[in-house]
Amino acid sequence: MSTSQPGVAAAAATERPSLGLSADKMAKHLARKRQNRIALTLAVAAMAFGVFWLLWILFETVRQGAGGLSLQLFTQSTPPANATDGGLANAIFGSLVMVAMATLVGTPIGLFAGIYLAEYGRKTVLGSVTRFINDILLSAPSILIGLFVYALLVARMKTFSGWAGSVALSLIVIPVVIRTTENMLNLVPNALREAAYALGTPKWKVISAITLKAARSGVITGVLLALARVSGETAPLLFTALSNQFMSTDMGKPMASLPVTIASFAMSPYQNWQQLAWAGVFLITLGVLSLNIAARVFFRNKQ
Amino acid sequence: MDARVNLPVTEKAKLSVRNLNFHYGSFHALKNINLDLPEGKVTAFIGPSGCGKSTLLRTFNRMYELYPEQRAEGQILLDGENILQPGLDVSLIRAKVGMVFQKPTPFPMSIYDNIAFGVKLFENLPRAEMDERVEWALKKAALWNEVKDKLDQSGSGLSGGQQQRLCIARGIAIKPEVLLLDEPCSALDPISTGKIEELIHELKSDYTVLIVTHNMQQAARCSDYTAYMYLGDLVEFGPTAELFMKPKKKDTEDYITGRFG
Repeated sequence: MSTSQPGVAAAAATERPSLGLSADKMAKHLARKRQNRIALTLAVAAMAFGVFWLLWILFETVRQGAGGLSLQLFTQSTPPANATDGGLANAIFGSLVMVAMATLVGTPIGLFAGIYLAEYGRKTVLGSVTRFINDILLSAPSILIGLFVYALLVARMKTFSGWAGSVALSLIVIPVVIRTTENMLNLVPNALREAAYALGTPKWKVISAITLKAARSGVITGVLLALARVSGETAPLLFTALSNQFMSTDMGKPMASLPVTIASFAMSPYQNWQQLAWAGVFLITLGVLSLNIAARVFFRNKQ
Repeated sequence: MDARVNLPVTEKAKLSVRNLNFHYGSFHALKNINLDLPEGKVTAFIGPSGCGKSTLLRTFNRMYELYPEQRAEGQILLDGENILQPGLDVSLIRAKVGMVFQKPTPFPMSIYDNIAFGVKLFENLPRAEMDERVEWALKKAALWNEVKDKLDQSGSGLSGGQQQRLCIARGIAIKPEVLLLDEPCSALDPISTGKIEELIHELKSDYTVLIVTHNMQQAARCSDYTAYMYLGDLVEFGPTAELFMKPKKKDTEDYITGRFG
């Protein structure tokens, strides 16, 4: 089997039913099967490699974090070092508010820009320029966005704030939503647009009632993707919202967030802080995961 | 200008094409077409691929305008009014000239809404009248019996043939005067094709139907008039029986007898 000598291949061919195929055709067929097996093995190995790390990370998150789940995690603010109680209420609240704000602001902007790129500016200069800049923004290091918002807002307002944090996060949401919206709208077949136009439908109605609807689940996936991404962003918040060891609902003041709290607690030498950091990691993972699952279930039922 | 070019005096022209030229960028796709299309009849457009028959069809509702590199020159008169004149809102043309495409294109919504969508663009009907209209269109398209119990289900759950009849129902629901069919059966099996051909027969009592087809038997079966096109020229136009039995031009004869194409 492993040798490529034609004689041996022919011998192998006579052993199995060959439907009377000539020896060289059979040899070619076996070689193709061999290649297929190799390709399949490589693909499965690559997948296993990826899944292995993913599962390990998830396992560690659950193992270290699930133990820290308790009611006081949600009711008490971050404690001093070596305290026996305390939770993450301030960080959870801050993260929820800033991520929600960023999504609320970033989604419509990203959505409309994506619609522009896919439906109006497909071949225009403005469209190409916007697409190019958006691609750069998409791959920009998030710390750069943090610094930008620091210079733009924090330095001028002379205070770190929840608002600044929201702005930084929304600047990360926007390019992701633009990209996925445009891609998903481009996947909608032109025949569907033509069919809508053929009824005399005005353009905005074609977009809002037909193409956007056809691309709906993809567009929503994009928003969720953006939401998941900003839920874990630390760098842009370090320079904007900073953190706050107390519960604060004032968006004009520094605000705690899960990622920043996790970063500082995880690197501390204190046992209780480290435990809270793991709990925080577990919460973010759980939150993003359940949001994704909920959205999938919700939209599957609707179809 | 309005002198008829090809119709017997017994027919009334619904659409008149005058000196129509069409360009895809630098490609000259339709060359000085002059043609009268009879009202209340089915006219088939035949010819080899790339001859311009679909292009011609897409000028009747100015579909080509979606693509900036495409342009038409000349006149197309719908009941005497030039629909190619600038400044005319294409939505108005499309309210009078409906179109069904090669591949079924159900909208991502329920069967009911697929039909109601177009109607709502031009009319404000109370619910009961809308229900009637949807039922009327679906009956007209010979689909009512198959879908009457699942009007709230998605249109994409239907079979290919049903989807195409849904698209025809959607097209006639807005009560156009002309119906353009661009190879409506090319993606369908023979049974669905048969149903749609029957439907075309039914429709011509109320509409002027123009159908592009690759299938000459289909043209012979369901049309009253046939136009043969080749390389952007209108070669021959006449009553279907005449064109198929004793074509005037050698080119037409070669094509329909299968010696070419």
